[in-house]
Amino acid sequence: MQMTLRKIRVLVGKPGLDGHDRGAKTVASALRDHGMEVIYTGLHQTPEAIAEIAAQEDVDVVGLSILSGAHMALFPRVRAELVKRGMGHVLLTGGGIIPQDDMQALESGGYAKLFGPGTPTEAIAKWIQGEMEKRWKAEGAQS
Amino acid sequence: MSNERRQTNVQSIDARALWQQEFDAAKKRGVEFTSLSGAPLKPLYGPEDAPGEFESELGYPGAFPYTRGVHPTMYRSRLWTMRQFAGFGSARQTNERFKFLLAHGQTGLSTAFDFPTLMGYDSDHAHSLGEVGQVGVAISSLADMEVLMSGIPMAEVSTSMTINGPAPILLAFYIACGERQGVDPKLLRGTVQNDILKEYQAQHAWLVPAEPALRMITDVMGYCARKVPQWNTISISGYHIREAGSTAAQELAFTLANGMEYVRRGKAAGLDVDEFAPRLSFFFDSHLDFFEEIAKFRAARRIWARKLRDTFGAKDPRSWMVRFHTQTAGVSLTAQQPENNIVRTAFEALAAVLGGTQSLHTNSMDETLSLPTEKAVKIALRTQQVIAEEIEVAHVIDPLGGSYYVEALTNRLEAEAERYFAEIERRGGVVPATEQGYIQKEIHRSAIAYQAAVERGSKRVVGVNCYVEDDKGPTIELHKIDPAVEREQHQRLAELRKKRDASKAKRALDEIHDACKGQDNLLERFVAAAHADCTLGEIADVLRAEFGHYKEPKIL
Repeated sequence: MQMTLRKIRVLVGKPGLDGHDRGAKTVASALRDHGMEVIYTGLHQTPEAIAEIAAQEDVDVVGLSILSGAHMALFPRVRAELVKRGMGHVLLTGGGIIPQDDMQALESGGYAKLFGPGTPTEAIAKWIQGEMEKRWKAEGAQS
Repeated sequence: MSNERRQTNVQSIDARALWQQEFDAAKKRGVEFTSLSGAPLKPLYGPEDAPGEFESELGYPGAFPYTRGVHPTMYRSRLWTMRQFAGFGSARQTNERFKFLLAHGQTGLSTAFDFPTLMGYDSDHAHSLGEVGQVGVAISSLADMEVLMSGIPMAEVSTSMTINGPAPILLAFYIACGERQGVDPKLLRGTVQNDILKEYQAQHAWLVPAEPALRMITDVMGYCARKVPQWNTISISGYHIREAGSTAAQELAFTLANGMEYVRRGKAAGLDVDEFAPRLSFFFDSHLDFFEEIAKFRAARRIWARKLRDTFGAKDPRSWMVRFHTQTAGVSLTAQQPENNIVRTAFEALAAVLGGTQSLHTNSMDETLSLPTEKAVKIALRTQQVIAEEIEVAHVIDPLGGSYYVEALTNRLEAEAERYFAEIERRGGVVPATEQGYIQKEIHRSAIAYQAAVERGSKRVVGVNCYVEDDKGPTIELHKIDPAVEREQHQRLAELRKKRDASKAKRALDEIHDACKGQDNLLERFVAAAHADCTLGEIADVLRAEFGHYKEPKIL
């Protein structure tokens, strides 16, 4: 497998009032251990704030975590705010306590993939690396 | 020593050497023999592992240092309170669930609030979008509280409310609601979690920074000592610390350190320790490591008794006692093969009972997927009833007392907690240690270590890293929250604001504003504001404007 040229930049975000951050912080630490550059937003962020940080930091990936049941209200809003700021291209992912039919709805609405409880962090890291490699290869072929 | 005795001793030394030889020579399973918290475990414990005087380390149930239990009779007089945490959607829906639980033999109520309520926002605030009624019930006003408690005799049922930042406001709604039902506050029984320190450390639903938050807590202690004497004013909680990833020892240490901070604050506010300490209660997790959990509960009782009597000079034995609620470990549940969660919960519940809990919540099998269905909740409640009625464990007090292993664990946990107390002290106390992010970093470190152990397979989780089945998605029915709840709440709030006496409401808010600047008891002002139909968000806005917002330290 060809090595990526630069570090993958990831924003791990906690939208809404949800205080559960064990998963987000565990994943953020694991992605760092896999060589990615990770920015963690901290808790209680609005969709606007998350999109703003994503744009300022020019990240490749945005991963959201919600365990409060507000995913159907907040995930699409984060995506809309990203698009507004010209960040519609980022690899969008996330996880939490999200029922399967909601996951499917979000995945057909711009989220590349969502992860549920019990997912190894290794699997998330490998998936991000694989997706970014595909993207960068495609960009390389274009230029 | 007689010849005969000497002979036996020689024999037992030989027997031990023989066992050790056989043990060392045998092939072992290829797993790490550590506790769930990662501590190494010996294959066998003996008298040498559990030194200590019986009287000073254990004593008798109902007597200092309470290692064996806080009541002389424990479950022979009264079983633990079966208290299932419930709350979702609107006040009306949760009221129905409460009545369902009471009808099936539950003996106390426990209220889960939604995130807007937990953070002090009304259901119609912009930050509440999508969150209303999701993880608990939405309560924005006294009117909502009245619906929640309608048809429930508040003088007879004890109610626990899991809320922290805005705890004094919700307690004010409850007191005012009782008054409208014609119940004297002196008769109200229950608990408000009101433990803000662990919010900054682990659960993260706060309202204002630590100093004003602690002032409101001492206001609650002072007010309740005078007017609501049967109310537990703080439920000092390890549960969320553990769920955020801590070890058993960290849960024990940080919880008790927080508890000691509340005692210091109460004393500093001029209260007599014996006036408020008997109304402090505790709340622990019961996780999967059966013996370590039992030891943790026993160690908690012993440490607290010693600290309150010897460090804080409490004279009333009720101040020395750790009375605690337990909830089985939500984090131990798996989304994979969710029915297995019934078994995990049963073991955890058994540990809580053998550890001498005063009340217990058993999680439902579907809680990693959604809020529980009625069927799942009923199985969880029945699990407690089977423990209470069928397996004969509640007849004997502290049945594991004297076990070499359990006594060794109890001693080890106490020693580990003492090391943490010293480190926290070195950092200037719990508040600075939290503001520096020290406690959060410790919890995070343990969470990562556990995750790594699961991923390398040294900690096994059935259905997740062993005995895995093809994921066909959830095999059980899920509970979904109707989005109409949010709209209904918006309407109810709009009507309330239109209907109420606006000048009376404004006056009540102004009085809170004044009390923030001075020394007056804030809970007293909140009760008046509740009667004036001020909303949670309006009261919380005054506090946020006066005291500012809490900013979490960056640890990552």
